[in-house]
Amino acid sequence: MLAFTSKPDPGQTEALDALAPLDRQLILLTQDGLPLVPRPFDALAQTLGVSADEVKARFERMLANGCIRRIGAAPNHYRLGYRANAMTVWDVDDACVMELGERIGALPYVSHCYLRPRIPPQWPYNLFAMIHGKTRADLDGYLQAMAAILSDACHASDQLLSTRILKKTGMRFRGGQ
Amino acid sequence: MTAQPINPPIMRRTPHDPSDYQLDSVDRRLINRLQTGFPICDEPYAAVASELDISEADLLKRLRHLLQTGYLTRFGPFYHAERLGGGLTLAAMQVAPEHVERVSTTINRHPEVAHNYERDHALNLWFVVATEKPEDVEAVLAAIALESGYPVHNLPKQREFYVGLHFQA
Repeated sequence: MLAFTSKPDPGQTEALDALAPLDRQLILLTQDGLPLVPRPFDALAQTLGVSADEVKARFERMLANGCIRRIGAAPNHYRLGYRANAMTVWDVDDACVMELGERIGALPYVSHCYLRPRIPPQWPYNLFAMIHGKTRADLDGYLQAMAAILSDACHASDQLLSTRILKKTGMRFRGGQ
Repeated sequence: MTAQPINPPIMRRTPHDPSDYQLDSVDRRLINRLQTGFPICDEPYAAVASELDISEADLLKRLRHLLQTGYLTRFGPFYHAERLGGGLTLAAMQVAPEHVERVSTTINRHPEVAHNYERDHALNLWFVVATEKPEDVEAVLAAIALESGYPVHNLPKQREFYVGLHFQA
């Protein structure tokens, strides 16, 4: 057991108070996307029977408190030419994985970087980093750089290339209560 | 709850529609600009269009087209399941090759499954589960194990070092 697992980073995983009903309705209305009309917040306000100012204020607040990570577009990175994508996994000493995880997460080609539990003996890896390149050669260069950073603290590693996207819809709340 | 998505026809399009549409330079600037920092104001599309020196109508037309042709999988707010009080995890399964289709259909049927990837490893199915209530994660994983006949490994994050990446179009 790692010492810090009982103390998750408060800024990252602590849930807020119960979701306000209007926020929840806004989430249900926009989890598929923002309306593609000139006045999208007016359109949402009209559907919910509230003012556009109220809707904008709630989006501002959800952005500020981290309930919304960002508002924007998700590119299909494969279609943009990023065809070499891998989930890289590393067995890193518990004593230094917090510091090394920060350094790996800061690399420009890393989109997600997490500490996760091992599943011994089948799965010895605790550090996960998704990396994205246009070619296999890009990927190989990234892997070398990551291995150099982790150095002796890393005992084993693997790269899991994605062979197929079976689903990619993003988070969905079920409708209904 | 009676609220319905406002623009379902666009978002329900598969991101894998075959299309030989090639991006032009305006599309590329638009994709790069729209990945972050969309303004919250009365006419946000007009505001971004003006930054890019195009008309609002052109921007909306291009945005719809990029979604339809699969260059973009989604446009809108990205919600943070855990900050909203929900549950989130990564799960992995080791499934015999001849059962991958059946099991992935079983997995994907659950609306809580946000992404599902087949990967080249003994653990060959990897999917993300996001639920409105934290306790529902276990229920979804248990249901998938029961329906598929395969064990499901739960790999919840213990620490998030980084999330985010700007893909240059």
